[in-house]
Amino acid sequence: MGNKQKTEKNLKRRIVKETAKLESESDQSDEEDFLNVVNNEEADSSDGDEEIEDSEDENNEFTEEESEADSDVLSAGGGEEEDADEESEDIDDSEDEEIDEESEKDESASDQEDESSGEEELQNESDKVKTKPKKGSAIEKTSDSSVEKTLNKSKTTIDSASIANVFHEYDHDTSDEEDIRNTVGNVPMNWYDEYKHLGYDWDGNQIIKPETGDQLDAFLKKMEDPDFWRTVKDPQTGQNVVLSDQDIELIKRIKAQKIPDVTFDEYAPWIEWFTSEVEQMPLRKFPEHKRSFLPSRHEAKQVSKLVHALKMGWIKTRAEQAALRAKKEPEFYMLWQTDDGAEDMRRIHKHISAPKRLLPGHAESYNPPPEYLFDAKEIKQWNKLKNAPWKRKLHFVPQKFDSLRKVPAYPRFIKERFLRCLDLYLCPRAIKMKLNIEPESLVPKLPSPKDLQPFPNVLAIEYKGHTDMVRSISTDKSGQFLLSGSDDCTVKVWEVNTGRCVKTIVTDSVVRSVEWCPNAALSLVLVASGQEVMLINPNVGDFVVSSKTDSVLREVPKSDAAVPERVRTTVQWAEPDEARYDRGVRISLQHFKEVTQVTWHGKGDYFASVMPDGQNRSVIISQISRRRSQLPFTKSKGLVQCVLFHPTKPCLFVATQRHVRIYDLVKQTLLKKLLTNSKWISTMAVHPGGDNLLVGTYDRKMLWFDLDLSTKPYQTLRLHGTAVRGVAFHRRYPLFASGSDDRSLIVSHGMVYNDLLQNPLIVPLKRLQDHDDFNDFGIFGVHFHPLQPWLFSSGADGTIKLYSN
Amino acid sequence: MVSKRKKKYSTGEAAQFMTRKAALKKLQLSLNDFRRLCILKGIYPREPRNRKRAQKGNTGIKTLYHVKDIQFLLHEPIIWKLRDYKIFNKKVGRARAVRDFEKLHKYLNNHPTLKLDHIVKERYPTFIDALRDLDDCLTLCFLFSTFPSMAHVPRDQSALCRRLSLEFLHAVIDAKALRKVFISIKGYYFQAEIKGQTITWIVPHHFSFTPQSKADVDFKIMSTFVEFYTVMLGFINFRIYHSLNLIYPPRFSSVTPGESEKLLVDEDVFVAERVAALNVSLSKSSNEAPEEDLDMDAFDAGDDAEKIEEAKKEAEQIKKLKTIFKGLKFFLNREVPREPLVFIIRCFGGEVSWDKTLFVGSTFDENDESITHQIVDRPSMDKQFISRYYVQPQWVFDSVNARDLLPVNKYFMGEVLPPHLSPFIDKDRDQQYIPPEARALYDENELEQQHKMDEGENSGGDDNAKEEESGKEDEEEMEADTATKKKSKLSVSTGEVYKEVPWEKNRQERQEFRLREKMVKKKHRKLYKSMMEGKKGRAKEIWLLRKKRRLHDEEAAKEKKQKKVGKN
Repeated sequence: MGNKQKTEKNLKRRIVKETAKLESESDQSDEEDFLNVVNNEEADSSDGDEEIEDSEDENNEFTEEESEADSDVLSAGGGEEEDADEESEDIDDSEDEEIDEESEKDESASDQEDESSGEEELQNESDKVKTKPKKGSAIEKTSDSSVEKTLNKSKTTIDSASIANVFHEYDHDTSDEEDIRNTVGNVPMNWYDEYKHLGYDWDGNQIIKPETGDQLDAFLKKMEDPDFWRTVKDPQTGQNVVLSDQDIELIKRIKAQKIPDVTFDEYAPWIEWFTSEVEQMPLRKFPEHKRSFLPSRHEAKQVSKLVHALKMGWIKTRAEQAALRAKKEPEFYMLWQTDDGAEDMRRIHKHISAPKRLLPGHAESYNPPPEYLFDAKEIKQWNKLKNAPWKRKLHFVPQKFDSLRKVPAYPRFIKERFLRCLDLYLCPRAIKMKLNIEPESLVPKLPSPKDLQPFPNVLAIEYKGHTDMVRSISTDKSGQFLLSGSDDCTVKVWEVNTGRCVKTIVTDSVVRSVEWCPNAALSLVLVASGQEVMLINPNVGDFVVSSKTDSVLREVPKSDAAVPERVRTTVQWAEPDEARYDRGVRISLQHFKEVTQVTWHGKGDYFASVMPDGQNRSVIISQISRRRSQLPFTKSKGLVQCVLFHPTKPCLFVATQRHVRIYDLVKQTLLKKLLTNSKWISTMAVHPGGDNLLVGTYDRKMLWFDLDLSTKPYQTLRLHGTAVRGVAFHRRYPLFASGSDDRSLIVSHGMVYNDLLQNPLIVPLKRLQDHDDFNDFGIFGVHFHPLQPWLFSSGADGTIKLYSN
Repeated sequence: MVSKRKKKYSTGEAAQFMTRKAALKKLQLSLNDFRRLCILKGIYPREPRNRKRAQKGNTGIKTLYHVKDIQFLLHEPIIWKLRDYKIFNKKVGRARAVRDFEKLHKYLNNHPTLKLDHIVKERYPTFIDALRDLDDCLTLCFLFSTFPSMAHVPRDQSALCRRLSLEFLHAVIDAKALRKVFISIKGYYFQAEIKGQTITWIVPHHFSFTPQSKADVDFKIMSTFVEFYTVMLGFINFRIYHSLNLIYPPRFSSVTPGESEKLLVDEDVFVAERVAALNVSLSKSSNEAPEEDLDMDAFDAGDDAEKIEEAKKEAEQIKKLKTIFKGLKFFLNREVPREPLVFIIRCFGGEVSWDKTLFVGSTFDENDESITHQIVDRPSMDKQFISRYYVQPQWVFDSVNARDLLPVNKYFMGEVLPPHLSPFIDKDRDQQYIPPEARALYDENELEQQHKMDEGENSGGDDNAKEEESGKEDEEEMEADTATKKKSKLSVSTGEVYKEVPWEKNRQERQEFRLREKMVKKKHRKLYKSMMEGKKGRAKEIWLLRKKRRLHDEEAAKEKKQKKVGKN
């Protein structure tokens, strides 16, 4: 039992120590402890005792254990207690002097001291246990290890005795001793799990594990022993220990996280050890240093630096900082005194303000009408133009939401604003006049075609018979017969009113140009076929006229003048043979190059023929009455396209590739050179008045020259889509017409006024498109009826068409 | 003495223009600084009449500035501030590099600031000029007020933008200057008329900031614009407030924080919140009525009567518009965008409130029996009051654009809304497609017709109706013809009626016109051609829209029919 009691005490002691340690760690630092000790000199001694214990706690576990063992010995053997104390003090010695001093004093005042300490540490202890060891307290002050050893031996013996005898005596033992029979030290006891023994006693004998009963024993014990629940096993000895009520109480308190000591008053008044009041006298032994009374020079330097910085404005005071912050906020005031009064100041030079953004249309609505939403095709188009967004017709895809809450954020909003910013500062600006007019207002106001009647507007008769392109057409002066020359090497004469082919004259070669003699007294036509130009009597119409023509042409005028060499090599007059005479050929002129065009002079005696390849001999003027030809030009003027006689004056119009030259045939001088400003002239026609010239070109233009006005065209007409091949004026009506490769025949009104101040009036009237195209050719010849407002056109499809009003 | 030969490109257009590189050299500025200066001063490149000459013979396209513009920049005092910035940046960089934080701090506290007041006055000589140029300013400020603090957008800037734009909204409310509103997929368009200037701005839909890729958007440039615009808007606000007899910055006389609140809240924040609520009128500096727009009679002399009549009508309409919501009490449900609706309703004299927990400044709660309209944007509601209409927000917008209170039945909660049309379409422009709904707005007959169409089955679209009309006309003509026929029958024998083919005449006219078209002067030919092309394109567009509409209507009618059949 005694053993049990001791172990019990041991446990108690250990727990107390643990808690004390906790307290000391949490509440007080070492320094405080130290000061505490210092204070203890005047203060009460009980604290001192506590202090010693604390300092002991700081030592390592082993010394603690030892001291405990010592105290155990003391409690057992009375007189040797001091020894153990001494030992612990020795250890302390090495650490601190003051503690040493203190403990010495402690010893001197041991009587009350120990008493109070005992009171504090262990509850309700009897004094006698304590006083006993004090009897021999001062016996040995200095002890060495040898003594210690002997002591240890004696201790064990005492110990063994104490188990048996001192039971009663130590029933309520309060000292810190512990019955350590096991000498293995503080090692984990599970090391001995596999052995029979638990360790060794002082003599080196094994301590045999006590018998542990089997399960049944344990159960029986549990059932029988009322203290079973408070029985624990001491791992050091393997003995069962029954915890006392106090132990239980202690454990409960610890579990409840209360201070284990029951007597400790948590609510005791606070003792202020370190007062805030300044003491009159310092607690230190030495006086304050002198420098503590002198102003610091370093600080003075710092202050002066700060003052300087303040002065310089490098650092600001709080007030200044607040003022500055207020200043940073923009301040607004009345910048403009009036709404529209401007002050004189330097401004941007000729400012162009940025245009405003276009306002949104219905398509941008969050809920647009359904037609604005893109269909599949438009979506496809939108996606296709991903790389060229400026070509899209809208810059966003219209969307429809059935409720406002479903409208999402517009992802390009920021980007759009950014682009606008870029435009504002980076886009070049210029003032552009915006025309706010209807496009119709640009179309010239012309009289209505209805008011300009009559003009040919319906297809009346078709003349069919030619098998190839009809290059050229002409009518006789009365307008009764129509003459046509075609690529099928025939010349046909048609009756205008019936559309009947009156006569067909076969030639040797392609007929390029035909022209009826303007002299009504002669029944004669001029035919250019290959290199030959023939004068043919068609033998139609008035018999008298035709027979008279024959008779006139039969007698060849005698001329004594020799034909110049140059002319002779160019053209040769010849009488036709019998067969050809029957065909109607009266005179033939053999040229040295192909003849493309022939034209009569107004009186019907002279005619001109054109050989574009003839260089300086490309134009020949021939006279029937004298059977004579002449070459008007000595120099080549370029590729001659077309020549015309002036209807009244002795003038010749010669159209080369780019220019039209007007020669006075009498004076043999160049009168004018008209600049056509086009690439290639195809044909031309002269107004019966003789003051206006119409030129058709291969580059789709028609040029109206007013010869009195200027050498530049008065008007350029682009009525056709392709090359213009034929132009013609009406002799009596103010009409002109043009035919081109786009198969269209355009009839226009071309009024020339007698008043020189008034410019000609040109109004396109009607576009007629009845010919078929053939090899990209459309219309070749255009000719007006001499009396009626009728129009003939010959086309590449081999037909001739008459349009009447 | 031989005179010196003139150097090429020393006079004329070549001497008037300067490339950007030359400008930089002359101004001794970096490109960044130059850009900033240009933005602040409103200098822009100019398009020369002859680019090659202006570029001194160089082909290609260069950014050309007018020499006088660059000289103008040369005299600008803030150019020195920009140079100070350069020095400042160097100092800061150095201090940071050597980790001299004390100095760094000092530098950063004393950074140079640009003062732009004089530039505002210089760019906008009169107040009217400034108002004319307010569109971009407002749109950008409204956008920036939604921005978080970013690399190149300081927090102060977006806060200032928010403040100024709210102040402007208050001014518009007080002046009752709002004229047109429009919900687009981009945001809300507002158009106000101040001092005779129409100002249009966009407020984006209320969403948080969406990050932009660096290649797309350079916030530095936008921020520089905003730097100028805030100053400009501030001055404009100041002047507008003064002309409306309001105190600037805005203050409330009626609303003050309660005693208990006074202790808890910062007064500035309190006022700022009430300003943001837009629901309380600001305190005035005096009770005199601000200068009204001139009376119509004052300036009508000299104009022709028709115009005056029109102007008077317009003025009357606007007068009516200003008070269309007067006497109405609106309550906004929490799913409805608060700010634009409060702004609109207050602009036209309505009273408005919302849930107390939604935002500060609500004046009455949902249980108030005097509420006339509750604006909802959800399909249904549990608790409904009989005493009020539950309408969708589009009703407010459409009513404003129609300048009258529209019938609410089409806008009830859960109804399929009629299309929302843009009010910015110029009605007088020809060659534009007008959707049937818009046509219905302009004249009454159409409206009735549409009603009929809606009620009846024959929903063939308006075009059909038109065709019908024209058909009627034809018939009338025919009748007239027969009448004359009858007469002639009485007197003389029967004769063949010459019936003109209607399209033949047309065709002939067109042909004539086509010939006449060819007589357009060479000078105008290209212009004419492009104009005609444009016209043709527009006509095609109209045709396309009309066709799409027709198809849609047919589809809808078919569906309707099917539904009916299904029901039966």
